Amino acid sequence: MKIIALLKRVPDTEAKILINPEGTGIKEDGIKFVINPYDEYAVEEALRLKEKTGGDGKVTVVCMGPEESTELIRTALAMGADDAVHVCDAALAKPDAFVSAAVLAKVAKDEGFDIIFCGKQAIDDDMAQVHSIMAEMLDVPQVNVAVAFEIAADRARATIRRRIEGGDERVETSLPAVISCEKGLNEPRYASLPGIMKAKKKEIRRKTLADLGFPGVPGEARSRITRWFPLPKSGGVKMVQADEPRDAAKELVRLLREEAKVI
Amino acid sequence: MIQKTARDFARKDLAPVAVETNESGRFPAEIYRKLGDLGFMGITLPEEYGGVHLGSFCLVLALEEIAAVCASTAVTMSVHNSLTNWVILTYGSEELRARYLPRLASAEILGAYAITESEAGSDVAAMRTSAVRKGDEYILNGTKIFISTGDKAGAIIVFARTDPKERTRGISAFVVEPGFKGFSIGKVEKKMGLKASTTVELVFEDCRVPAGNILATEGMGMRIALAGLDGGRIGIAAQSVGIAQAAFDEAMRFARERKQFSTRIIDFQGTRWKIADMATAIEAARLLIYRAAKLRDAGEPYTKEAAMAKLFASQTANRAVYDSLQIHGGVGYTSEFLVERLYRDARVTELYEGTSEIQRLVIARQALDEFERTVPD
Repeated sequence: MKIIALLKRVPDTEAKILINPEGTGIKEDGIKFVINPYDEYAVEEALRLKEKTGGDGKVTVVCMGPEESTELIRTALAMGADDAVHVCDAALAKPDAFVSAAVLAKVAKDEGFDIIFCGKQAIDDDMAQVHSIMAEMLDVPQVNVAVAFEIAADRARATIRRRIEGGDERVETSLPAVISCEKGLNEPRYASLPGIMKAKKKEIRRKTLADLGFPGVPGEARSRITRWFPLPKSGGVKMVQADEPRDAAKELVRLLREEAKVI
Repeated sequence: MIQKTARDFARKDLAPVAVETNESGRFPAEIYRKLGDLGFMGITLPEEYGGVHLGSFCLVLALEEIAAVCASTAVTMSVHNSLTNWVILTYGSEELRARYLPRLASAEILGAYAITESEAGSDVAAMRTSAVRKGDEYILNGTKIFISTGDKAGAIIVFARTDPKERTRGISAFVVEPGFKGFSIGKVEKKMGLKASTTVELVFEDCRVPAGNILATEGMGMRIALAGLDGGRIGIAAQSVGIAQAAFDEAMRFARERKQFSTRIIDFQGTRWKIADMATAIEAARLLIYRAAKLRDAGEPYTKEAAMAKLFASQTANRAVYDSLQIHGGVGYTSEFLVERLYRDARVTELYEGTSEIQRLVIARQALDEFERTVPD
């Protein structure tokens, strides 16, 4: 089986994000970047599917992002992916979801695939659009927010459990398909030391837009982020002071009702 | 990337286990199997023996991350890699290597290193455990004490006297399996710290060791013991820096939250001086360790640098846990806070694999040699 796992470089979930003064992006200095955590589930699920379906399988990691993404791609290779395509082009510095989807869809088409795993969203901009647009462009079904995945014996269909409000639903799909992954789908493995050593010899194919046959940024961005704002500072904490607990409780109820208006 | 795997494993998998095992004293065999799967139990071994063929530099990076979360795990891992694995690889016959190294690399078995006796601590050459050749076996008699992982190991490097007439040249090294007839575990020590690692007495009563299990040749034991300890010291230094870093991080976490006199205690100058001294010493210790490891990986002499790294890093650890606990105040003395465990765990780093006093002897001897060789009268 040809399995593709999409991977995006995002700021560490623990990083403290500050907006730059111009409002055009975040301050990147001192921030650690990681594999989008939902994409880690995608890589892991891709590896598990390959292990389950036997030796003829191949996992290709596809990443669109800046130069620095290489280290994260290597991590996915060290986890066990076979090779990678890295789309790196200065013209793609600020793509919208449509542009990203067009580029990734082209790579997927060129590579060929039976299944594409990806995160349900990237934790940086939380758009959660790329995989859906990409599936549409590739004209294949898509199942989102997978918490369980099982391939049919004939490898032409798969059963996915999706997490929905208050429960799970089971979806059957034909393949090829795009599956977006949710936390709980699996526990991503560590890059083992032998894996890290092997990854050094694995191929990362670098591609520009021109290499992919695009004369320019495909389709032009249809939406644009115009400005970034920091969150307003929270109003601070009000301590309720009273000699007796009874009075403190009374005052607290009053504040909750009249000021916070939550009861 | 290696550091990241070690860090992620330490924080996600090891941390919860460490809390439980350091409390209960249970030896977490499952952790070593996982470390084996990830390649950490055969870091420096060649691939043909199931290793990863990386240098000591990578080993110390990993040890530091593990030690910052559980010093007990780090010492077990250090002894296994820097002592047992290395000694068998360097001095073992091809047969011994093939028999033990793949199983050590996968952590199917763990390694231990038995030098110390009740009358032979720093004075290694005073050891009395004897090995007498009888046919195609050596018969070992004696008792070793304070042996890390001794009761959990599948391959123990045991040093014993093959020639009672010679002092340093009368010692030989053997690979002993716990299944050998005449081998038994004596007293299990109750320690101040490192409670998730084991330290035991090993008793040899007419213990029969195949003659092929000797490392190098008869009389090479002392050289092997000391060469092993050079590497072991870099490992313990890395463990020390891990402890120091954890003590530092805990101090920072606490001092940023804790308020006295309506001021965060991190904002008191007295606290900041401690933080600055800790940070500087930790960085310096790390550089000494990296240098010793790099020299070792380059095949250069590194005895002096290893002793310096071990001395300075272990002192740094003890100073850091002291200051960190001081910043915590009274709560740091309770087991609610990690610094209490760090405080107990740090102490031994100035004792084992050569006390701080022995490190100074080694450093001074090396420095004197160097001086006499290079500075004209």
